[in-house]
Amino acid sequence: MSQSHRLPAGGRIDRSRSLSFTFDGTRYSGHPGDTLASALIANGVHLVGRSFKYHRPRGILTAGSEEPNALIQLGLGNRTEPNIRATQIELYDGLTAASQNRFPSLEFDLGAVNDTLSPLIPAGFYYKTFMWPQRGWMTYERAIRRMAGLGRAPDGPDPDRYEYRHAHCDVLVAGGGAAGLAAALAAGRAGARVIIADEQAEMGGWLLSEGDTEISAKPAVDWVEKAVTELAGMENVTLLRRTTAFGYYDHNWLGLAERVTDHLGPYAADHLPRQRLWQVRAKQVVLATGAIERPLVFGQNDRPGIMLAASLRSYISRYGARPGKALVVFTNNDSGYRTALAAHHAGIGVAAIIDSRAEASGPLPQSARAAGLRIYEGHAIIATTGRLRVDSVRLGRLAASGDRIEGAGFGIPCDLVAMSGGWNPNVSLFSQSRGKLDFRAEDGVFVPGQSFQPLRSAGACNGVLSTADCLAEGFAAGAEAAREAGFANRKPAALKVTEPDCPAAAPFWLAPPEKPLARAKCFVDFQNDVTAADLKLAVREGFQSVEHVKRYTTTGMGTDQGRTSNVNALAIVSATLGMEMPAVGTTTFRPPYTPTSFGAIAGRNIGALFDPVRRTPIHEWHAAHGAKFENVGQWVRAWYYPKPGEDMHAAVNREVKAARTGVGILDASTLGKIMVKGPDAAEFLNRVYTNSWLKLGIGKARYGLMLGEDGMVRDDGVTVRLGEDRFLMSTTTGNAATVMTSLEDYLQTEWPELKVYLTSVTEQYATITINGPKSRELLAALTDDIDTGNEAFPHMSLREGTVAGVPARVIRISFTGELSFEINVRASQGKAVWEALIEAGAPFDITPYGTEAMHVLRAEKGFIIVGQETDGSMTPDDLGMGWAVSKVKPDFVGKRSLTRSDTVREGRKQLVGLLTEDPKEVLEEGAHVVQVALQQPPMAMLGHVTSSYYSPNLERSIALAVLKGGRALIGKTLSVPMPDKVIKVTVTEPVFFDPKGERANG
Amino acid sequence: MLTIPCPWCGERDVHEFRSGGEAHLKRESRTDNLSDAEWADFLFLRANPKGEHAERWYHVHGCRRWFNAVRNTHTDTILAVYKPGEAKSEVSQ
Ligand SMILES: [Zn+2]
Repeated sequence: MSQSHRLPAGGRIDRSRSLSFTFDGTRYSGHPGDTLASALIANGVHLVGRSFKYHRPRGILTAGSEEPNALIQLGLGNRTEPNIRATQIELYDGLTAASQNRFPSLEFDLGAVNDTLSPLIPAGFYYKTFMWPQRGWMTYERAIRRMAGLGRAPDGPDPDRYEYRHAHCDVLVAGGGAAGLAAALAAGRAGARVIIADEQAEMGGWLLSEGDTEISAKPAVDWVEKAVTELAGMENVTLLRRTTAFGYYDHNWLGLAERVTDHLGPYAADHLPRQRLWQVRAKQVVLATGAIERPLVFGQNDRPGIMLAASLRSYISRYGARPGKALVVFTNNDSGYRTALAAHHAGIGVAAIIDSRAEASGPLPQSARAAGLRIYEGHAIIATTGRLRVDSVRLGRLAASGDRIEGAGFGIPCDLVAMSGGWNPNVSLFSQSRGKLDFRAEDGVFVPGQSFQPLRSAGACNGVLSTADCLAEGFAAGAEAAREAGFANRKPAALKVTEPDCPAAAPFWLAPPEKPLARAKCFVDFQNDVTAADLKLAVREGFQSVEHVKRYTTTGMGTDQGRTSNVNALAIVSATLGMEMPAVGTTTFRPPYTPTSFGAIAGRNIGALFDPVRRTPIHEWHAAHGAKFENVGQWVRAWYYPKPGEDMHAAVNREVKAARTGVGILDASTLGKIMVKGPDAAEFLNRVYTNSWLKLGIGKARYGLMLGEDGMVRDDGVTVRLGEDRFLMSTTTGNAATVMTSLEDYLQTEWPELKVYLTSVTEQYATITINGPKSRELLAALTDDIDTGNEAFPHMSLREGTVAGVPARVIRISFTGELSFEINVRASQGKAVWEALIEAGAPFDITPYGTEAMHVLRAEKGFIIVGQETDGSMTPDDLGMGWAVSKVKPDFVGKRSLTRSDTVREGRKQLVGLLTEDPKEVLEEGAHVVQVALQQPPMAMLGHVTSSYYSPNLERSIALAVLKGGRALIGKTLSVPMPDKVIKVTVTEPVFFDPKGERANG
Repeated sequence: MLTIPCPWCGERDVHEFRSGGEAHLKRESRTDNLSDAEWADFLFLRANPKGEHAERWYHVHGCRRWFNAVRNTHTDTILAVYKPGEAKSEVSQ
């Protein structure tokens, strides 16, 4: 509990309170204001993880969200979350964290043998080694995944709650540092609706870490507090802390992930969601996303204790921590000296400043000299030592060319190395917005160029470095954005800033290592273990595009998207190719900026709210009578109604028998129903169906096939003519909306001259089918105004009247081949009519049947189901339904395609029946059918089984299939190969029961 | 995520719409008069420009009406919207 590495004073932490936490089971303490990273450093812990490929010990590299190394498994049980950056985890009392990618422990990791073997694991190793034999990959992959991989996902469901928030604003400011705060102030003062989001717990960005910067003659943090107070007081400004603008999408639509209670851990109030996903549509965007310090690439630059220079300053100034006792700074620019001075003033020993430049003469180097710090100009680190923590650096004098060392190297003991290679503008969001990047050669950085959305970049992300420039650009950008959004204003006056001058750095891409490069371990991508040697190898092997090098070496492919590595990698690749950096390309940044939890993305759309559920008006009755349900699209339909002691097979057999011997009753309310009205309604149907509709009499029903223009069957159903200008169309259950959209399309865009109106009435009616030889008697018992006689009410006709005392449309149609009536009543009366039918049907032993029995009954008759027998590649003729296609109509949708060479060729798949040799054997739907079964694939496929059931009426199994040239195969014996056997089948006509169709007319 | 100005309803989120592909493909009223090549052209071949593209949209969760839009496929900017039957507006250049 000692916090041995806490500075005696300073930092934005609350020293009056202590928080206890554990890391890998060891208990430590920190203070409010700490991140897990700063608290670990304050306890002297640098070793926090093992690297992905070589399992090398890794420490905390940065103080921000760009952290590639310190990825932590946070929390326990179902709340555990992998790969969280320790630099972003705010400390709370009782926090439990663990390192990842090590076994059995961080200090002793068996996987580290990979490091010893690393010369054998070069770039592309996995591709090269595990390619052959192909089937071996299954085995290798499992082993590789166990060795590599990062954290673990929880086993159980996420217990937390997540929310969405949709918002509009005039100006969205991404980033709350100097530039972002200035932009928000300027836009907010103009009256614009402003949202400003920053990923950190506190607004202020780097100003929180720079103890030597003054704004208006006061510490910079005072200005931050004043700015935040002013913004918080504006009603038109929304301040979002702990909120990452993670995605920049089209038309200024941005995704923000707000971590509402993550920082509270178990102390979060119950009414708050854990995270909130903001979807913001902004008129104007100001990107103020700052810059990320560039690591230097040198030999063994990855040991714990080696960190970015400005991040070290942050740990000292912002968190009051002392990351080490003996510091070596390695820099190519003056800001490294700023870190050395900050460390010196905090009482940390500065062993050396190593500067790759031949001469360092700016004000900061002069101050360092005046403070008596040892400076090695024109030197570079060529190696480091230390097992679990750096314990010395070796350096040497750079030749004038900068690519080799002159003379012998020498060592300096240390326990801390700060490196600074300059600053990369953080252009991730700009790049996501499709903006083009420009290359600035003098300091080797990519800056925002042409943009394709209403946005502007301000501050460090735009390539400026000083606080004064950041503030000025922020004020200007905020004022311009507000003006563009319609808010006239004046740009705020410039503020006086005092800070040490830190000019941009001349690039220094690769320090020549002491060992040969291949063994020097000059890391570029820390998270994915990619070295300078790997990149050069990729180029030698012929990769030239940076996108290819990236994928081959995996540089920049980690959870950090290579935020600290991309530019260094690009520079090394282009130097190796002898090309300019922009000619080699840039990498494209993609959302999300930092990993975003699935919980936030899913929001409340989980469980029962995942997808709307549609229930029929009779649903309650089914549930009360023990029905098992199945989902058909969004509909929940009664599947079968088991009686006590019955399994599915027995229940379905009983239902199927009853529907052919007595009377069955089916809830068919889910059928799509579209009212087609207007003087041209018949002409319209004539164009969208394959058969003729103009002469259909009022009160008559007709079956129709609907095709796409490609000639393939898209839908089918029965449509009845209610009047001269009124038709009621039915569609398949799952297809109603698609059919409606397609019909509207034709009406509105192809045939606007037709006077026709479409109304979806699916949910307005309950549809009850009574089916079987006793159905007529049952109907007659419940109606006194419809003549149910066979002549008075023939097959394929409609009668309107009352059933069970309520108005009803009754259609005599059949999807089973039996005598059958479809009773349509108002949805609100559906359940009452159903109950009346059940009661009146008792003398006939009326049997409710579900979708499974319905399927068996229709398959016995060979009736197709669109989507089961069809898959978008079946013509009417393929289905044996050429009879449903008019030969005389001049045109209909899809007609022309029925004479395309492909639709008339021989060998198309055709619908047939299959009977298994063993009548008890029920084929699997989807099973392949072949002429001759071979010992193993590949085998020439004839087609597949589309429907397969046990038919209790035929007392054997039946199946429908689509086979190449199927009708010519009728009578032949074919094979269905299964994993454990081969099933012999005989090809038949697809109608198994009552082939003459006499029963429906009885 | 685009916003699309429906010519009847005004600017709405793309969630409310369904895309209907290339616009101004004229379906002949007697398709049987078309040669295989002409029919194939109508049925299968679509422009896929980088730049201006006239296309159909359906305001399925709104007024349920189809309309046309000219969109720059590179920048996703909607340059014009107009009703079915109206000529493709002269945009940009
Ligand atoms: Zn609309």
